[in-house]
Amino acid sequence: MMLSFFDQFMSPTYLGIPLIALALSLPWILYPKPTPRWLNNRLITLQGWFINRFTQQIFQPLNLKGHKWAALFASLMLFLITLNMLGLLPYTFTPTTQLSLNMAFAVPLWLATVIIGMRNQPTHALGHLLPEGTPTLLIPILIIIETISLFIRPLALAVRLTANLTAGHLLIQLIATAAFVLLPLMTTVAILTAVLLFLLTLLEIAVAMIQAYVFVLLLSLYLQENV
Amino acid sequence: MADRAVSLAEKRLMDVKLNELGAWLGGRDFTPNGILSAIRRGHDRYYNKYINVKKGGIGGVAMLLVGYVAISYLWEYDHIKHDRWRKYH
Repeated sequence: MMLSFFDQFMSPTYLGIPLIALALSLPWILYPKPTPRWLNNRLITLQGWFINRFTQQIFQPLNLKGHKWAALFASLMLFLITLNMLGLLPYTFTPTTQLSLNMAFAVPLWLATVIIGMRNQPTHALGHLLPEGTPTLLIPILIIIETISLFIRPLALAVRLTANLTAGHLLIQLIATAAFVLLPLMTTVAILTAVLLFLLTLLEIAVAMIQAYVFVLLLSLYLQENV
Repeated sequence: MADRAVSLAEKRLMDVKLNELGAWLGGRDFTPNGILSAIRRGHDRYYNKYINVKKGGIGGVAMLLVGYVAISYLWEYDHIKHDRWRKYH
């Protein structure tokens, strides 16, 4: 029984192509390019409004040199939010539940922020390892702790995204199975479970959006320290 | 209305007679560039018909998503069919 609940996280292969390939290429189709016309269609207008709002919000605390990352962050956010939301549709596969994918996003980007910091302003970047106003005796210990905290950041970014999405999907599957099985036995309990399932789905939609946002927000924070 | 003669490979699918189907398939361009341009043409047709309109509603994107769900089901069928026949989950 345990095996069947985790089966949703295995990418099935059809004609030699894994489903993850289709799931990863779908966000490319859903966002058309704005035309040079003065007034675009509704989809592009909505999309442009959303991207503008988001980029403005994220790049407000960053100085001018950090704005080079605007295209990367906006596209990353769009990609993650689309992958998460599409995973809530029935029978679809969510690539962000795979730790490998999330590590592939987190580690290079985090490493880039660290390297930029070390190259451009090494003293300032190293200075982040020691918060101001610490007592002298605590300095060695605190530096070790801050270094560990620095190196655990990419792991935390990746695992946060993976764990949130995987847990959500698993919960939905478990509660749905419970509601379905209880239906002939205890109908009232089944209805209550169905209500729970509905609320959980709403939560999952929120979590999908929030997790994508948090990922990019934290990356921008790391950039802010270093750029 | 006099139709100009169109070579077999350039005809649209709906205009090809059934016994010409094999020859038509043989004449089509199956190189990677050809396949990409076919995907692009298909995408442009769908986009301009359902999304790039003055008062486009949710229907254009909704059809795409339903198609995606259907394709995912097809992809996973071999895996899911065991759940239907299982007695204990």
